[in-house]
Amino acid sequence: MSARTRKWQEKLGFGILIAATAFVILVLIVILHDIFSKGAGVLSWEFITSKPRKGMTEGGIWPAIVGTFWVSLVTVVFTVPAGLFAAIYLNEYAAQNRLVRVIRLAIRNLSGVPSIVYGLFGFTLFIMILRINLSVLAGGLTLGLLTLPWTITASEEALKTVPMSYREGALALGATKWQTIRTNVLPYAVPGMLTGTILGLARAAGETAPILFTGAAFFWPLLPSFPKVLTSQFMALPYHLFIMATQHHAIVKVRPIAYGTAAVLIGLILIMNAAAVYIRYRFRKKYKRL
Amino acid sequence: MPNPTNHIELVTRDFSFYYGDFRALTSISMDVERNRVTAFIGPSGCGKSTFLRSLNRMNDIIPGTRVEGKVLLGGVDIYGKDVDVVDLRRKVGMVFQKSNPFPKSIFDNVAYGLRIHGERNPSAVAQRVEESLRAAALWNEVKDRLDKSALDLSGGQQQRLCIARALAVKPEIVLMDEPASALDPLATQKIEELIFELKKEYTIIIVTHNMQQAARVSDATAFFYLGELVEFDETKKIFTNPKEKKTEDYITGRFG
Repeated sequence: MSARTRKWQEKLGFGILIAATAFVILVLIVILHDIFSKGAGVLSWEFITSKPRKGMTEGGIWPAIVGTFWVSLVTVVFTVPAGLFAAIYLNEYAAQNRLVRVIRLAIRNLSGVPSIVYGLFGFTLFIMILRINLSVLAGGLTLGLLTLPWTITASEEALKTVPMSYREGALALGATKWQTIRTNVLPYAVPGMLTGTILGLARAAGETAPILFTGAAFFWPLLPSFPKVLTSQFMALPYHLFIMATQHHAIVKVRPIAYGTAAVLIGLILIMNAAAVYIRYRFRKKYKRL
Repeated sequence: MPNPTNHIELVTRDFSFYYGDFRALTSISMDVERNRVTAFIGPSGCGKSTFLRSLNRMNDIIPGTRVEGKVLLGGVDIYGKDVDVVDLRRKVGMVFQKSNPFPKSIFDNVAYGLRIHGERNPSAVAQRVEESLRAAALWNEVKDRLDKSALDLSGGQQQRLCIARALAVKPEIVLMDEPASALDPLATQKIEELIFELKKEYTIIIVTHNMQQAARVSDATAFFYLGELVEFDETKKIFTNPKEKKTEDYITGRFG
């Protein structure tokens, strides 16, 4: 192969990679531009902080934001401890045999199960079998099940990045296994776990299917305060968007509200992802000398 | 049972070690004397590090390993059923090949062992930290920056910090796995001088690739080859008049 051919191949390869990246970014820009330009008319402080009015043809989306907040909170309270402890068990305690490998594979597969399946499973388990009302609790737990595989996987990856030498060093000083994990492994894995959890949560916050059958309401403008809120039905941003875009009786009239809702939802997810990136950045900076 | 005379610190009898089906150590028997430096030498893969890590049961954390025979510390088999591994590792400290300071302050590194063993009194911790850093010949270099990150220390200082950390819990034996192999000659010299000092209070067992180092720092030397203890004698004798042909070939650089 001549030097010229190789140079040409190099350029071609590079070109394909750049084109692929540019395409992805272009798609993102088009979507964001479409949503924000069409939603710009309704986006205002008032839109964010007021209730829907006149059969949801006017007013804002505050109840949907609050509903999404509460349901996400339930998700976090469930998924973080469960995911963290499962990851610690799998990575630090379990013998690395075939059974554990199968369990790990099953967890990875769970993260690929369609969200509608989680929705129906949550409905069957929490509503039909456990007889919990359609509620923030049932919706949050269903979203928790959805994020659990992500949380476990992210936590396990975070634990793996802690060098073996920290564990050996502590064990060699006579620390018990749990002391070692608690004082010399977890502190260095927490930021990574947090990053993964936030990313999982950001995904959950945008899901409609899991809350569809477990508590999301068409119109529920008044949420009670804690703890009663847990047993109340709720509005949520993604479900509100779904209604406004496809189910509303005056669908053309409310189109700008649908775009505004989408913009706020994307904005929220953007903020969460930015927080995850920031935490990871801080962590890298702190331990880059290792 | 061997008669544990008071100058013998550690005894092994027919000690064999397996990684799964692979036998890494075959029937090792040796008596390690108190307040001396014992060096383990031999080519890569000869089992010297495996043997060292067997002496504080650090190999326990590797799945699929098992042992045969005995390792007696104070007459008690450390692989016995009633032995508390945590307590064993406090008595038998370890310094690793690659220095592994924790990403904490210098002070907290040395205090780590004390705290996990339940020492809560701050002045007692501070006093023991100072003693340990002095014993590891590091105090004068770090006394003004104990709250700074241990990761900002040089490689040689980090390794001496790891030695201080091991000393802080008052072990009887300190195991060192090629403690100077990643250090420059000057830092190596400091570690060697330190080992010479430490043997007054501790029993030292050191694995080394460097035969000059074994000759310089140790009182007794054990030569391992293919998982067997070929020869174990006074260092002087091993390096001037070894009994075994294999030992002579190794120390004169004919293989390894």
